[in-house]
Amino acid sequence: MSSPVIFKNRYLPYALIAPQLLITIVFFILPAGQAIFQSAQLEDAFGLSREFVGLENFINLFNDSYYLESFFTTLKFSVSVAVLALVCALILSAFAEHIVRGATFYRTFLIWPYAVAPVVAGSLWLFLFDPSIGVVTDMLEWFGINWNPTLNGDHAMWMVIITSTWKQISYNFLFFLAALQSVPKSLHEAAAIDGSGPIKRFITISFPLISPTSFFLLVINFVYAFFDTFAVIHAMTQGGPGNSTSTLVYKVYNDGFIGLDLGSSAAQSVILMVLVALLTVFQFKYVEKKVAY
Amino acid sequence: MSIKHLSAVAVASALLSHSVQAKTEVEWWHAMGGALGQKVNEIAADFNAGQSEYEIKPVYKGSYAETMTSAIAAFRAKQQPAIVQVFEVGTATMMGAKQVIYPVHELMEDTKEPFDSGHYLSAVTGYYTTSDGKMVSMPFNSSTPVLYYNKDMFKKAGIESAPKTWKEMEQVSKQLIASGAQCGFSTTWQSWTQIENFGARNNVAMASNNNGFDGFDSEFQFNREPFVKHIERLQKWSESGIFKYGGRQSSGMPLFYTQECAMTMGSSAGLSGIQESMAGVDVGVAELPYDDTLIMKPQNTIIGGASLWALRGHDSEQYKGVAQFFSYLSSAEVQADWHQFTGYLPITTEAYELTQKEGFYDQNPGTDIAVLQMTSVEPTANSKGVRFGNFLQVRDIINQELEAVWAGNKSAKQGLDDAVRLGNQQLRRFERTQK
Amino acid sequence: MVERRPLFRIFCHVILVLGIVSIALPVWVAVVATTHENSAFSTSTPLWFGDLGFSVFRDLLSNESTFNNSSLPITDMLFNSMIMALAITVGKLSISIMSAYAVVFFRFPGRMLAFWMIFFTLMLPVEVRIIPTFEIVTNLNMLNSFSGLTIPLIASATATFLFRQFFLTVPRELVEAARIDGAGPIRFFFDILLPLSRTNIAALFVITFIYGWNQYLWPLLITTDAQYYTIVMGIKQMLGVTDGIIEWNKIMATTIIAMLPPVIVVIAMQKAFVKGLVDSEK
Repeated sequence: MSSPVIFKNRYLPYALIAPQLLITIVFFILPAGQAIFQSAQLEDAFGLSREFVGLENFINLFNDSYYLESFFTTLKFSVSVAVLALVCALILSAFAEHIVRGATFYRTFLIWPYAVAPVVAGSLWLFLFDPSIGVVTDMLEWFGINWNPTLNGDHAMWMVIITSTWKQISYNFLFFLAALQSVPKSLHEAAAIDGSGPIKRFITISFPLISPTSFFLLVINFVYAFFDTFAVIHAMTQGGPGNSTSTLVYKVYNDGFIGLDLGSSAAQSVILMVLVALLTVFQFKYVEKKVAY
Repeated sequence: MSIKHLSAVAVASALLSHSVQAKTEVEWWHAMGGALGQKVNEIAADFNAGQSEYEIKPVYKGSYAETMTSAIAAFRAKQQPAIVQVFEVGTATMMGAKQVIYPVHELMEDTKEPFDSGHYLSAVTGYYTTSDGKMVSMPFNSSTPVLYYNKDMFKKAGIESAPKTWKEMEQVSKQLIASGAQCGFSTTWQSWTQIENFGARNNVAMASNNNGFDGFDSEFQFNREPFVKHIERLQKWSESGIFKYGGRQSSGMPLFYTQECAMTMGSSAGLSGIQESMAGVDVGVAELPYDDTLIMKPQNTIIGGASLWALRGHDSEQYKGVAQFFSYLSSAEVQADWHQFTGYLPITTEAYELTQKEGFYDQNPGTDIAVLQMTSVEPTANSKGVRFGNFLQVRDIINQELEAVWAGNKSAKQGLDDAVRLGNQQLRRFERTQK
Repeated sequence: MVERRPLFRIFCHVILVLGIVSIALPVWVAVVATTHENSAFSTSTPLWFGDLGFSVFRDLLSNESTFNNSSLPITDMLFNSMIMALAITVGKLSISIMSAYAVVFFRFPGRMLAFWMIFFTLMLPVEVRIIPTFEIVTNLNMLNSFSGLTIPLIASATATFLFRQFFLTVPRELVEAARIDGAGPIRFFFDILLPLSRTNIAALFVITFIYGWNQYLWPLLITTDAQYYTIVMGIKQMLGVTDGIIEWNKIMATTIIAMLPPVIVVIAMQKAFVKGLVDSEK
């Protein structure tokens, strides 16, 4: 990790990090520890009877073909959401950066959807995508697409991808814009004098300079697509039709919070934690090294 | 009156008002949003105003699943409410947790509250009763599936009356399609209407152990012939447009609202909502169709909805309040009002009769169909209800497999076999936690 | 502005307008929905205004009892949401910027362990580990309180991670120069780092405020007292209709009202962005 010059102080860093760490331990690490404990138990919802079952919860999961399918579904879903949300936001912010007049107007409207409560966002999009009364359905009919997310798994997948992407574009836009604006204007001016156009300048100057933000957003978007989209799936498809939109985290939520099978849900959480730990190490080891600071 | 006296009066009144404030508070967690939530508040307020000892405090706790999980989390942290509303799929989980729940019959006995289970409609309370006839929770909002049909579209196709059997469903649908309809019928809540209630209506068991009432070691049987034949014909019909699947739960309702489908099967409590959504269209209500190759005189159907559970861990004063409140809820006036306002089934015979006497059914045709469908015959072991652990997951499995069947990815037999196999795994898992 | 090409500028506007149209479509539907009778939604999705005008808003604001069944006025719910969102935002930003500062600008034993522990919290959203977390909050006696509503939510790795990413880009020379001037770590933090982080703080402020504002499941779980109801809980309650009519026009009107404070925050925070732009132009 490359890093700026270091200050020397024995106690200050601990004092700085203590509040964050304390809350993390109490509200995150402890419950996560409990999840590990629960993953080896078979337990009723109220915690009245508890039986140690070792790895049984895990073995059951890996024998379940639907669960294994969920890995692939999750991958397809997360990559699509992260890529779409990043690309759309980058394009919009790159253009927004060039605009002085009406900038406030554009920014406000691009952020506005983000302020819609997620519960309402899910219902709104469900309206738009409804096979009988939806506006999007009507538009797709023009193109000869017989839209039916209630039976067509691909359609259902697109529906949850678009809704989840929509919720994240504003977020990415905000940070891309913040990053683009911190790129020194002098660099652009110099390049403009050399005769390079706005698109070339974006590729050669801005994009490399905002790579720390891009990396940050990449991680955040994956985490978002992976973990924070189950509410959308719950509101729109409940994992269906068939098993086609059932992602790993949706299953944890549905089996644990809704279905109250704590053992299996905890085992799934543990699998997720391992998976994400591996992914994080990979991201930091290989991707971050390529990012310029 | 001397000053001394005056102050005595003041002290007395202060004491009185103090005792008024010291009403025993009883928390009631519920999942009723929208207008129903306001009705819940009204009921509680009326009860609170009618006596001076107890204060029922309704607390909205989100959706059914959120309410149940909140109550369970609260129980684990010893913060549970005295009363919680739990949806029908949670019944087996609640019933299995003997240290958690305070069964209604026991509660009424312990608190010396007059209680006669004979006053209740057995078709409704049966769902929440042990196999030896003891009422465990208090039914609150119960409905049952009925057939809704578009009378205007029927008239256009020259059809006189609603279909009674599945055979007629096919004929009528064909006539409707010939007269320009896009689809014959749709359904909501497919596991409830097409599996659970198909079994009940035609007196076929969907699982062993009297549909799970007699023990935790039940096995699903809904991959047997009657069910397979039913799902097979639905699959065939979904290819020809007679049947159209509109999604899980009640998300298929727009198919009926937009008059794409001329019929749909759904909760009897949805009538007023349908009428409001289809202003200007004449909507009829009929009993759920039955299969005349299986049964000559159809059985009653199974309820859905939620019931109220008393939870342990409170003092006897509070339980007296709970018992009184349950009696109040069961009274003919309160029940009749609830039934008429919401469309949910009445839980006592008296409430039904009172509603009849008030002329409600004559003024609102169709509102009595569900009651008649429930009460015209004595419930059998197959039509009393279903009781399965991890039922929420089982319904998900059924949804998932049926969707594969409707999409043509699996045969009906294959889909039901898979659903039974996966469902049984859920039952076994649940069984092991119940010791 | 570097560019002097009017065509390019028009092109920019076109792209942005297209972006806004597609992104704002659901919001548009919500706005339009408030002007229709409720029955309009069962057979189609209205895309243009109906004839109810502002009457739904008027009903909402004047007659609270039909709006939600906690009988808490809408203004009180907005107030609760505001407190919750602000507490979460301020808490989150301060503890994150502090810990990121410690991780980037200091070397101390356990530094990476601490960073990884914090980063780990990025995972597992609260809904997934809700039962154990609830037990902890109960044991700490924080049910039915604003501290219980906010403190468990202020630890999130997102903000720490962003500040770390940003601090890593701060030029070495700047720190060097500050040190030569005799600035200690605290003065450097307040005099140099904080002003430099302005755009990032503004962006995070907006994001975190909206995150706090839109919390639903957590407040629902740990409060049983209607006085803590937030506006999103009010909306969800109107949506939570099992058999019957969902009053879409009222829900959408409430949604619009609930959107206003976050939008005001966005507009207020614009300054932090715009200023950066203007400064470098001069």
